[in-house]
Amino acid sequence: MKKRIMIVLSMLLMTSLVFAACSKPTNNQPGNTGNNKGTTSERESPAQGDAGGNASQELRYNLHSEPPSLHPGLANDNVSGGVLNQILEGLTTIGKSGKPEKAIAEQIDVSDDQKVYTFKLRDAVWSNGDPVTAHDFEYAWKWVLDPANEAKYAYQLYYIEGAEQANTGKGSDDAIGINALDEKTLEVKLVNPTPFFLELTSFYTYLPINSKIAEANKNWADNAGDLYTSNGPFKLVEWSHNDKVVLLKNDSYWDKNTVKLDKITMTIVNDENTVLGMFEKNELDWAGSPIGALPTDAIPSLRDSGKLHSQAAASTYFYKFNTTEKPFNNANIRRAFAYAIDRQAIIDNVTQGGQFPATAFVPPSIFADNSKGFFADNDIDKAKGFLQKGLEELGYKDVSELPAITLSYNTSEGHQKIAQAIQDMWTKNLGVEVTLENSEWAVYIEKLHSLDYQVGRMGWIADFNDAVNFLEMFRDKDGGNNDTGWENAQFKDLLAKSSTEKDAAKRTQLLKDAEAILMDEVPVLPIYFYTNNWVVNDKLKDVFIDGLSNIYFKWAYFEA
Amino acid sequence: MLRYIGKRVLYILLSLWLIVTATFFLMRFAPGNPFTSEKRLPAQIEANLKAHYGLDQPWYVQYGEYLVKIAQWDFGPSFKYKSQTVNQLIADGFQVSAVLGLMAIFIALAVGVILGTIAALKHNRWQDYGAMIIAVAGISVPSFIMATVLQYVFALQLGIFPVARWESFMHTVLPALALASTPTAFIARLTRSSMLEVLSNDYIKTARAKGLSQSSITVRHTIRNAMLPVVSYMGPLAATIITGSFVIEKIFGIPGLGSSFVLSIGNRDYTVIMGVTVFYSIILLLCVLLVDILYVLIDPRIKLTGRKESA
Repeated sequence: MKKRIMIVLSMLLMTSLVFAACSKPTNNQPGNTGNNKGTTSERESPAQGDAGGNASQELRYNLHSEPPSLHPGLANDNVSGGVLNQILEGLTTIGKSGKPEKAIAEQIDVSDDQKVYTFKLRDAVWSNGDPVTAHDFEYAWKWVLDPANEAKYAYQLYYIEGAEQANTGKGSDDAIGINALDEKTLEVKLVNPTPFFLELTSFYTYLPINSKIAEANKNWADNAGDLYTSNGPFKLVEWSHNDKVVLLKNDSYWDKNTVKLDKITMTIVNDENTVLGMFEKNELDWAGSPIGALPTDAIPSLRDSGKLHSQAAASTYFYKFNTTEKPFNNANIRRAFAYAIDRQAIIDNVTQGGQFPATAFVPPSIFADNSKGFFADNDIDKAKGFLQKGLEELGYKDVSELPAITLSYNTSEGHQKIAQAIQDMWTKNLGVEVTLENSEWAVYIEKLHSLDYQVGRMGWIADFNDAVNFLEMFRDKDGGNNDTGWENAQFKDLLAKSSTEKDAAKRTQLLKDAEAILMDEVPVLPIYFYTNNWVVNDKLKDVFIDGLSNIYFKWAYFEA
Repeated sequence: MLRYIGKRVLYILLSLWLIVTATFFLMRFAPGNPFTSEKRLPAQIEANLKAHYGLDQPWYVQYGEYLVKIAQWDFGPSFKYKSQTVNQLIADGFQVSAVLGLMAIFIALAVGVILGTIAALKHNRWQDYGAMIIAVAGISVPSFIMATVLQYVFALQLGIFPVARWESFMHTVLPALALASTPTAFIARLTRSSMLEVLSNDYIKTARAKGLSQSSITVRHTIRNAMLPVVSYMGPLAATIITGSFVIEKIFGIPGLGSSFVLSIGNRDYTVIMGVTVFYSIILLLCVLLVDILYVLIDPRIKLTGRKESA
């Protein structure tokens, strides 16, 4: 008897598991899928196999991970940014020219000393009908600066007067130079003349928040639904965590006549090969950069078949030297290592993504002549000369006395291949012994930050389209992202001068001079400038990717 | 029996406490923290963040608070995914992983037991060799290769199934097969060897001598006894499979729990690491308990008492 009961019980248990597991709503179920999923207005993928005729304006895009947050103040990654750029719009936005254009701001007045910006807002509304006001911007920006909130990108607002003080708890909220003078006028006071400020106002940390909703609901950005209102070309209608994000055309957008796509479904699939497979089977209209990547192995054949699209990106792949220890405390040794690399060979044989060899630090999309660089790629004769000089200065008789160099990178196949190639080049060209060391990402970053390395790899993606974003990290040796222990009085001086220089041309020259010092002293060894590589449905036109690799679907459409 | 289960539940709670404690401290000893990034945060922002999450408290306070929260089944917010709590993340992910896992277990059990039985009954004949070649191949081919091959052949080349994602029944077939491949092979081998052992027992010979039919001997007397090793293998297997496989989920773009498990470690997403580990441990310990109970149902020779652990 007991046995019978047990059988029945265990079967019940098993079936309850099955039912519990089955309770997830399937996607072809119309209507509401429950509170935490927001609402769906899903039609069964009609875009499938749509050839010719009345082109369906539905884009199927992929994100390589779940967006960590769709709260503009919390977002600090390109996936979140990639969604936010479609659904929220700031005072300015990067237009098809690649320059910031007026968006929610209708008129922008800059004071003579370039430190006060006055924005007049146009009559824009949120997707629930609320007007977009100057208070929405003031609220959003001050929210980011409130130390009680966990905004990692708060420092993106430090150009504003009183912002850093407020964020570090040393100043009050009222002392921040952000003032909504009336419903439609926003006045912003800056610390220094900031020529790239209108670029910044297009960045996602500067996006507005519907303050009426956010003040009452702390968790407004957690899900799609009534609380998440949009003021951009598209509105968020479904966010199924780890699964997909669905956007529809926003009919209350001020420039809605420009928007042609009706719907964007952003699936969340991480594996690059899978994403490419889905693209090839017409399950996606886009695969690859900027939000995601193509599998390296597939790039050469995609290029040969003419399907590959490439665009330079404002980012640099480089190695850092720990300049506080022998032998890289010696500039000549660093130069020798920097000159003894054949960057073109690495690009042709290892990375294969059509990157550009970098012998400068600031990408050519910011300083055009940096495509030529400050020194010649693969200049072995010079490298040997520098090595000899460096060895003498350090008191070594010859290269065999130089202890083995450790080259560190974070665990990844791509970084490993590059490191192996460079290891080989240094051994062959300079005769030094090089060992490789990899560690898991978080461990690796800690090592760099604590100067527990000799040579280590790093990549830097511009936050805004200005050289200072690349140069300022080497201003102070204890600065957050320096990691090299390198500091140079002249370099520092040039950067300081550039931050108060009002004349754009003079400022650029100051920054170029600073970069020349950096590339002469080489505390960093640039390797290549990144490119964005992707494949796209032939019928999809006018997707715009700006210099910072932000993607915009505002103008995109499918050709019939 | 109930006393036995009560005692086991106590042991489960004790193990859970040990697991929570070990994970908590190992995690804190690992270099880096949830805010580690190549763009280092200004010190003050990092301090703000730590204060926000209570990471500025001494470890014993954090540990104590954490134990209390876990006891209330509240794993807290995710550090990385701001819009989800760990409870939601586990609930959403487990719904998917469990369906996939149960499909895989069903396939593995059905195919594995049939293959193993055929192999044992046709011992040293071609059916045996055939089944065992399949089994060895299944064990030796890692699931990520199996997944890639299945995806390449059936989705990309033949176009029978969708390439990836989790939407309809058709989407579930390939990942379930890929996930089932290794356990199927393992179960086939287990079934075969224990069937062979059982078949050589005297009572089978007696049954034959009595003139019972082959099918009746196989079903009533052999398989049931031969199932014991399979059942004990099923416990940990079920726990592992229904909590999701990182590799399969990645390749087929499935929003399951397995990816949270692996990715949270790289992100140093403390709350997710803890939540997923505790959840997995509970499932594992329950599965093992379930196996012990099933033993009694299958094999009347085994009695569960408070004193003796059945092997």
